[in-house]
This record gives sequence, structure tokens and C-alpha cells, in this order.
Amino acid sequence: MQRRSYFLNISATLGFIFLYIPIISLIIYSFNKSKLVTVWGGWSWQWYVELFKNDQIMDAAMLSIKIAFISACLAVVLGTMAGFALTRMGRFRGKMLLSGWISAPLVMPEVITGLSLLLLFVAMESMFGWPAGRGTLTIIIAHTTFCMAYVAVIVQSRLSDMDESLEEAAMDLGAKPSTLFFLVTLPLIAPAIISGWLLSFTLSLDDLVIASFVAGPGDSTLPMVIFSKVRLGITPEINALATLMIAVVAVGVVVAMLQLRRTEKSRVEE
Amino acid sequence: MTASDKASRPNYNPLTKPAPELWRDPDATPFVVFDGITKKFDDFTAVDNISLNIYKRELFCLLGGSGSGKSTLLRMLAGFEQPTSGRILIDGVDMAGIPPWNRPVNMMFQSYALFPHLTVENNVGFGLRREGMAEADVKRRVKDILDMVQMGHLARRKPHQLSGGQRQRVALARSLVKRPKLLLLDEPLGALDKKLREETQFELMNIQDELGVTFIVVTHDQEEAMTLATRIGVMNNGEVVQVGEPHDIYEYPGSRYVAQFIGSVNLLEGQVIVDEADEVKIQSADAGCILHVNHGISCAPNQTVHVALRPEKIQISHHAPEQTENCMQGVIEDIAYMGSLSVFRVRLNSGKEIRVTQPNFARDMGARFTWEDRVYLHWDIDSSVVLTV
Repeated sequence: MQRRSYFLNISATLGFIFLYIPIISLIIYSFNKSKLVTVWGGWSWQWYVELFKNDQIMDAAMLSIKIAFISACLAVVLGTMAGFALTRMGRFRGKMLLSGWISAPLVMPEVITGLSLLLLFVAMESMFGWPAGRGTLTIIIAHTTFCMAYVAVIVQSRLSDMDESLEEAAMDLGAKPSTLFFLVTLPLIAPAIISGWLLSFTLSLDDLVIASFVAGPGDSTLPMVIFSKVRLGITPEINALATLMIAVVAVGVVVAMLQLRRTEKSRVEE
Repeated sequence: MTASDKASRPNYNPLTKPAPELWRDPDATPFVVFDGITKKFDDFTAVDNISLNIYKRELFCLLGGSGSGKSTLLRMLAGFEQPTSGRILIDGVDMAGIPPWNRPVNMMFQSYALFPHLTVENNVGFGLRREGMAEADVKRRVKDILDMVQMGHLARRKPHQLSGGQRQRVALARSLVKRPKLLLLDEPLGALDKKLREETQFELMNIQDELGVTFIVVTHDQEEAMTLATRIGVMNNGEVVQVGEPHDIYEYPGSRYVAQFIGSVNLLEGQVIVDEADEVKIQSADAGCILHVNHGISCAPNQTVHVALRPEKIQISHHAPEQTENCMQGVIEDIAYMGSLSVFRVRLNSGKEIRVTQPNFARDMGARFTWEDRVYLHWDIDSSVVLTV
């Protein structure tokens, strides 16, 4: 193997330090015994215990998980349908435009997405009376909207790599299009769907901006609760909570990456 | 093996009985009928007004280069493409509007298209289960067909754990297990190495004989078509340019395209000087002699025609033969020793280059002719064909 140069080693080290020093210091301070966030007072678990006793935070966490779960599931269904349509409808006028639109939420500033959804919900309420008020339902709809774009892009790329003769072979062997989808297409794109779900779940769990726009007064997600607490001054409890969230998100991202890599591998083997 | 070896023993196959040659019988009912089939993709015509009859138990090869429309024709039979105009009949039934999953046809794909998430046995059983066959029957049929292609011991493997040849057997088993009336094979041997190909060719013919299925094979490989086929349809630019038994296609090509596409050939240009019912004489500046062919053609007097002469039908000698017709003179420019035969490139006095192959029936053949030798090339009057197109 070629010897790596000092330059590369140093750049890599600096990059990782820059990225992870804040997170590491946060994790260390979550075990701080002192009530003052900036003063080190020895090791302790007490803030984790406090955290689990705090009903406001625990309720918000449960709500966030619930929202993330439901929107990830909805996003997977809608995103798969969109990705499927975009790869399989063949060439048609405006296809470029449509596939551009599908990925637009990926690059759209969250503030704009959040604001436009809020305006939509308000207009819909005054016109149809649904969704009545803003709360969990509107957050779920908003999260599904932007997560769906991620799923659609992942599924689309997997589908366009798939050998179309597999589906033709299934038809040739007597499978009608509906059976064909569940017996052949779905198992083949399952890895993409799973990583799309995990990504959606994580994105929804993390989202603050869009949720702040579309949430009602009673339903605060975890990031919203943390944000409002931080404004009143940081407590070590928040550090403990942040550490737990980092752990959950890290596990989610790693599993999604492993899943994608497995897909790559099986694609190569095909 | 070269194509010429095979042509000298048409349809020879020690393993199978000769197929009933229905296509020679004008009263026979065709099994597959293409009736004026045209397929256009936007403004590109992939298949241009093809009418073709294929008979029961045939192993029909559609032979052509890439873009000749052969695969499109096959995909229209399977139902993946709809003809722009014309009718396709299979066993007397018009296939218009019948979706792929309801056609009495199975296809073996060029890429094999094995489902990567299913084991070998589930791949093969896939079609039977779609019919709603009882699980016990599925198991038995799958086992039988896998044993037939000698893949029974690998039934629980996934496709990516198999070699190319093994995948090809599984794909074949999967397309045969539903006992289709018609089996379509798209470049079935394309991905195999030479030795495996030859084995599989014989196996295919065996299976065809055993099951009595009608095969339509698409290939770009003329050698494959020659060994496998009962009849060959040569395709070019979306049209079928000639249909015939391998022997006829090779020995009596109907056009310069077919003559050059199948095997190698020398083409000599000339003008017709004698045009009788059963013989033609052609004055050829290329050859520097009169070319004498023992079959009649229909042409205008003095028309420019081409005489097709296969390299293996030419005799090469140092001494002038007795005949003056069908005899050319030249200098050996190049020799390729291939073991069983030698290939000579001879430059005629006219500057035309001629390819001659000679079997090495004696060990010292190589020494008899060498570079820069002046030689005579001559052949019998029944060895060449006059081509007007």
C-alpha cells in the first residue's frame, strides 16, 4: 500500500476534530455532577435520572418518536410510488421537470417549506375545515412531505439500476402486474425502501424548523422543547438528552448506511 | 470447427432423430405465423413488413447483426412489444391484445433474468405457482426439470452463487418447466465459453427432441445457428432476407449480404455472356477467366453479376489444370496454418485477393505451398453460385 502523506493525515485529523469536538464535549458534560453547565464537578448519572423524571421532555420525546414513525411509513409508501412512476412511465413531456420537482424539497430552505405548509393548512382549514387546527396531524403531513422526496430519490436510483428483464421474465412466467410488483419488484427494492425509512425517521426526529411552523400550541416535538428550554438557559439535563439523541440518530444512520452498502454489494453480485 | 465442416454434413447430429420437415410440405399448417408484421419506434422501423411461417417442432434461428430487428420480433411474440401493424398467430390464435402472462410462450432471456432474491428451485417454481398448481406437484415438476438440466444438487443456491453455465441451465429449466408450446431463446449461448457452448448446443437439441417444443432462437452467431437450426431466417435492417435450411443458406445464398454474413466467401464480379436454362458463363475481369456455373439465373444480357465462391471449394495447385474455365492464376501472399486446415491469401493478376482454405490431409502440406509461389486456383462448375443482388 502507498504510504499516506503527513498532509493527508493532518487534514483528516483536523477535519474530524472540528466536526466532533463539540459533540464530544457535550457528551462529557452530560455526565457532569455540577449544576452549572460550564463548571466541571466530577462524574455523575444524575442528569439522566432527572431527565427520565421530567414529564415534559419525556412526553415530547414520545410524541417525536410517534410522529417520526408514522411519517417515515407514509413517506416510504408515497415516495416509492413516486420513484416507481418516475422510472417506469418511460419518456414523456415534462419528465425532467417532474423529477426536478421531486428532489426540490431536498434543497429548498426549511423555512420556506415550513411557511408554505403553514399557509396551506390555514387555507385548507378555512375552506374545508380540515385539518382542524394544527397539531400532531399537521406535523405528520409536513414531515411526510419532505421525507417522501428522499425516499423517492433513493427508490428511483435503485429501480433504474434494476434489470428490467427481471420483470419481463416474471410476466412471461404468468405473473400479472400486481403479483409481479409484490413478488419481484418489491423484494428487489426492499433495501432501498428500508434505508429510505430509516433516513425519514431520523430526519423527522431531528426537524425543528418545519415542525415549529406547523405545530399547534399543545403539541411540541422534542427538538422544539429543547430549543425553548435552551433559550431559558442550558441545564445539564439537556446535555443528557442530546447525548441520547445523538446515540439514536447515530445508530439509525449507521444501520441505513450498512443497508445501502449491502444493496451495493448484492447489485455487484447480480 | 468451422462453418464449412458443418455445411458438408447438413443437420447432422448423432443425438437426435431428424425433425419432421414440415416446412417442405406446402399443405402443412404453420404453428407460428407472422403476417405482415411491422414495428416502428418513433420514426425508426425496427421490423419491416415481415411475413414468416414457423412449423411445429422446428428449431428456427433468427440470425442477424445487432439492430437487424431479430430481438424485436422475439419480444413481439412474447408480448413485450405490440406490432405497429400486422398479425401474429400462435397455434391459430391471434395474439393481438393478449398480455405476456396469458401467452402459451416462455422465453429464456439473454441476461437469464434469474430472480436474485429467490433460490434456484423457487426461480424454477415461480411460473408453476402462478398457475396455482398444488405445492406437491410444483416440487415434483421442479425436481424433474432440474435433474434434466443436471442442476438438482444446487437447488437451494441463490443465482449469485452459480457460475455462468449453471445460471444458463437454471434459466433454461425455468423457461421449460411450464411446458410451453413455444420456447423463445434470446442469444441463449452468448455468455458461455466455447466448450460449454458446444455441449449446450447438443443439449438444447436433445431437449427439443425429448419435449417436442417448438424453439425460436435469436442469435448473431452464424456458427450457433448452423448447428442448432432446422431452418435459419437471415435478417438485415428489419427484413428477413432469406429463409432456408442451414445447408441451403450456406450453399445457395440468395444475395451478397447472406453470402458474406454466413461463413466467408470470395465475390467475383463479371458480365453474363452465356445465359442458358441450366448454365451461365460469365466474363470476369476480376478472375481473368470465364466463370462457368451450372445453374440458370434470370437476368438481362450483359448484366453485371457476382459469383460467390467459398474458400474451401477451391483447389490450389502449382501446375496448370486441364480446364480453362473456372481457373485463375495468382501469387500466394499469406499463409495461416490452423492445424486442421491452412488458409491462403492469393493475389490474382487482376489485383483481386482470394481466400482459399485447404484441409491438411497430409503432414507435409505446409511445405508444398509457400510464400510468393505462383499457383493456379480452380474449381468445379457446381461449386459456385451466381448472385444478381
